[in-house]
Amino acid sequence: MSDMTLESQHSQPIAQRRIGLVFMLRQDPFAFAAVVVLVLFALLAVLGPTLLGDIATSMNLRARNAPPFELERGFWYLLGADALGRPILARVILATRTTLLIAGAAVLLSMVVGSVLGLIAGYRGGFLGDAILRLTDIVMSFPSLLLALVVLYVFDPAITNVIIVLAITRVPIYLRTVRAEVMEIRSRMFVTSARVTGAGPVRLIGKHILPMVFPTIVTIMTLDFAFVMLAEASLSFLGLGVQAPNVTWGVMVAEGRNYLSSAWWLSFWPGLAIALVTMSLNLVSNWVRMVIDPVQRWRLEGKGEK
Amino acid sequence: MARHFAKRALWSAISLFALVVAVFFMSRMTGSPADLYLPLDAPTEMRVQFEHLHGFDRPVYEQFFSFLGDLLRFDFGMSLRQGLPAIDLVLQALPTTLLLAFYSITIALVVAVVTGALAAWRPNSIFDRIATVLSLIGASLPNFWVAIIGVIVFAVTLRWVPTSGTGSVAQWVLPIAVLALRPAGLIVQVARSSMISVLSSAYVKTARAKGAPSRRILFVHALRNGMLPVITVAGDQAAGIINGAVIVETIFGFPGVGKLMIDSINYRDFAVIQAGVMVTAIAIFLMNVLIDLAYLGLDPRTREEMV
Amino acid sequence: MNDTLLKVSDLSVEFRNGSTVNKAVSGVSWDIRRGETLAILGESGSGKSVSASAIMGLIDSPPGRITSGRAEFDGMDLLHLDDAERRRINGPRIAMIFQDPLAHLNPVYPIGWQVAESMRLHGVSPEEARRHTLELLERVGIRNAKARLKDYPHQFSGGQRQRIMIAMAIALKPDLLIADEPTTALDVTVQAQILDLLTELRRETGMAVLLITHDLGVVAQTADRVVVMKDGQVVERGDVREVFGAPAHPYTRQLLDAVPGKSRFRQPEAAGERLLEGRGVAKFYPISAGWFGRPVETLKALDGVDFDLHKGETLGIVGESGSGKSTLARTVLGLTRPTSGEIRWRGRNVAQMSAAELFEMRRNLQVVFQDPTASLNPRMSVAEIIAEPWAIHKGFLPRAQWKDRTVELLENVGLRAEHAERHPHQFSGGQRQRIAIARALALQPEVILCDEAVSALDVSVQAQVIDLLRKLQTQYALSYIFIAHDLPLVRDFADRILVMKQGKVVEEGTAQEIFERPREPYTMELIAASPDAVPRSESRWRSAQ
Repeated sequence: MSDMTLESQHSQPIAQRRIGLVFMLRQDPFAFAAVVVLVLFALLAVLGPTLLGDIATSMNLRARNAPPFELERGFWYLLGADALGRPILARVILATRTTLLIAGAAVLLSMVVGSVLGLIAGYRGGFLGDAILRLTDIVMSFPSLLLALVVLYVFDPAITNVIIVLAITRVPIYLRTVRAEVMEIRSRMFVTSARVTGAGPVRLIGKHILPMVFPTIVTIMTLDFAFVMLAEASLSFLGLGVQAPNVTWGVMVAEGRNYLSSAWWLSFWPGLAIALVTMSLNLVSNWVRMVIDPVQRWRLEGKGEK
Repeated sequence: MARHFAKRALWSAISLFALVVAVFFMSRMTGSPADLYLPLDAPTEMRVQFEHLHGFDRPVYEQFFSFLGDLLRFDFGMSLRQGLPAIDLVLQALPTTLLLAFYSITIALVVAVVTGALAAWRPNSIFDRIATVLSLIGASLPNFWVAIIGVIVFAVTLRWVPTSGTGSVAQWVLPIAVLALRPAGLIVQVARSSMISVLSSAYVKTARAKGAPSRRILFVHALRNGMLPVITVAGDQAAGIINGAVIVETIFGFPGVGKLMIDSINYRDFAVIQAGVMVTAIAIFLMNVLIDLAYLGLDPRTREEMV
Repeated sequence: MNDTLLKVSDLSVEFRNGSTVNKAVSGVSWDIRRGETLAILGESGSGKSVSASAIMGLIDSPPGRITSGRAEFDGMDLLHLDDAERRRINGPRIAMIFQDPLAHLNPVYPIGWQVAESMRLHGVSPEEARRHTLELLERVGIRNAKARLKDYPHQFSGGQRQRIMIAMAIALKPDLLIADEPTTALDVTVQAQILDLLTELRRETGMAVLLITHDLGVVAQTADRVVVMKDGQVVERGDVREVFGAPAHPYTRQLLDAVPGKSRFRQPEAAGERLLEGRGVAKFYPISAGWFGRPVETLKALDGVDFDLHKGETLGIVGESGSGKSTLARTVLGLTRPTSGEIRWRGRNVAQMSAAELFEMRRNLQVVFQDPTASLNPRMSVAEIIAEPWAIHKGFLPRAQWKDRTVELLENVGLRAEHAERHPHQFSGGQRQRIAIARALALQPEVILCDEAVSALDVSVQAQVIDLLRKLQTQYALSYIFIAHDLPLVRDFADRILVMKQGKVVEEGTAQEIFERPREPYTMELIAASPDAVPRSESRWRSAQ
């Protein structure tokens, strides 16, 4: 993701640019660790369910609420077991795919819808632009969680519905940012220059405006991925997220709520997984922002050349 | 200025109306509440009577217009679950939520602005690095998880605070801390970057050329300018803090609007959902007015734009 | 009076940017005497402001670092002061004013508060400070000062803001006032007023003034002595009349030669074909809309402007800010529609043109804007930038020839073939403007509109770009609309000149007519206010010694 934003930033040959990027990443231990964490979870999401087989779903009543760090039941019980005796480690891995899938789909959907509407609102302006903006005001004027709860109660909480609801609550973020950026870039002199030469809207948007907005969109997407994950987890936690047999980390935290005083690990581990991923996303987004911003960039480069 | 607020109120009224209409029709789509409130084997005449009593047998548009009429009188009807006027239930729960939100956002603002400003004074210093990492963690942690850990550690294990209820001061500590965490983390990041750019601005240079001491430059010349983006973010957080309140109230058993809403959704208590949506939206509108006023007070340049 | 007030010796400052070290000044020495005006003259990147920042302790460290030098002032070394000593100097003894007064005044505090603060910081009681603030503001010429104490910086004009900065600076009667490009962003007539004010105050208080500027005219008219800087070093110093009369260093000579306003007037030839004409062009903007969007007030940005542009000529348009010259440019370019009146291209009303006709007109009418950094897409390579017009006007040039033609154009504007693969940020300001000119030439237009095209450039670069424009004009029989606020530039380059004020053309004529026989008082005022780069002993701004 960050690779794409950099390509247009630089004039060096691509290979050299890639090396520079990896090099700069290595200079920032936090960002580097975050990327490693994200890659790890992405791998788990892709491979996890196939590798696990039925380990995560087979019940073992003798291992009900088994505490963590006891190895006699085998590796999968390292993090303990849940109320039905299923190993938590395996269930966390199983839930990775659904959790990331929901968040990723919601982010993509809200990004596409929000950016397109924002582009129209910012480029056309006028009444249409105003109307689009007001529509987002309605969405933004109300707590997204309550809104999602009401909607999900009406339409049953199937995965697609959860994705759509989450996407709707995030559309305004893209819409507003893209609109503001497009309006600003539209009035820049190099766009005016192209207009004066006779460039049409397709060229102005495609060649001049979108490439400038793109890095911002990517930054919001990384941040928003974290936000959507938290929102999905909150919904699931309140019982209106995805339903069994599907499982996400948020669902797992909710399931463990009833055993807080006797078996804390039921909620702790899936919550930690959420925290790790959201934190890594925030770190990476911070780093990407720094790389994109030429004013801050020299700090990263400077450190490398010493 | 009056025009600005009138315009704003008008738009808010329109969004509010759209919201109320949406919620009305959506809640009517969930099926009859009779299924939930009467025993499964209730005779048909009992169901009919129940639906007639609450007007559920009339056509939806008729229900809608009578609903709108009542709305103007702030009458949302009776709660099916508790048999009390819905609006009373919501207004009863409102102070708890408002207090919770007020304390959290105030604490978050004060802590975060001071931290952000000090971090910006010497960027890349040890303090700045620690503040940056902590704020990032604060902004990333899921609040229900923090709440649960808080309960395990402070209520179950250490027994410092009770697990739920609103009776004593101690019971407010955890909920407020949990609720303040995320906004605080976000605001530190905004305050820091805003203060860094303000501190390198031309008027700070003027203040130095005038011979102003460092503390005065930071807190008199820079802070007020640096607060402007912070106020905007705090405004965006106004709706967010209600999101958090829903979670926190559920976990800590706080009798606020958030918990009331969740319960009402679970029990298909239309009237209370409607009243809750309306009151929350109005509260958020008023919060945004306050933020506008704060902006006006802080930045004289906006005064003319808003006229 | 010949006692030295401040003596800077062997000052070196460097800035670290990542791993690269940039020596901003190295081994700079100068001194200033009580009551005199010393000018530090230099172009961008010369390091002319750095020594003043060092004296005031305004160099941020990191990235800046003072590596050597002393600044003796009253027995102290200003480069090595602790915080308490620094506060006793900044304000009471040495004060400073800057180029952009809007940015340098705090936007959220009333101006009265800000002026009073400069006194209260140094122990003046609040009542005393308030009273004195009023006196000061009246002294610097803020009309109705009492009522305006509570107003904010954005409610004042540029000139008034600089007056407020000056009031703040002289509040504690400093021994030295450092003025860093104090009039650069201001209109010429306002510049003249501010220079008048500074001169009067200097005579009244006996303070010395250190004037940092790039403007040779301002130096010639106001300074007693001058220090010329280039690339972080002093290349020449001495009495202004001597330095300007007989420059010893080649760089000073080059600077003086580059000053516009000395060449012979261009004599318009017999008028060629009329390409562009404007008849009664007007553009009104609603300032404040009423409740239902009814405009309550309108700003008349253009108020009935007539103009003609013939083939091969240069039409100069001069005016101060708010004169409507930029709106006129936007209207001619079709970026905004006139409220009334019409613009005709080869006799065809632009407003009634078909899309194809408009497209063809755009091919023939190109533009070069003021800020070359902003007008080139930072993400495109120079080759892409120059080729973009061909991509838009398909069929103008087959793609196979783009590369050769790009090289040709680059060489035409004084750049080299290998520059094609670079990005705009790798060039200097003057080079970027050359790229913009190459792009404007790509479609072989008949008219190029230059909207303050050289205003942001250094004098010596300015001269080079103007030479280039001249060369291209003869080479391609181009017509220029040359919009500028700088009169000497227009004097040298234009055949005919329009003088604009508040949306109207106040005077029109050949360059010679306008400059030698101006009829309108406003034109005369403009010409008088524009400082001449030849020092005269009777200058109204210089102290008689």
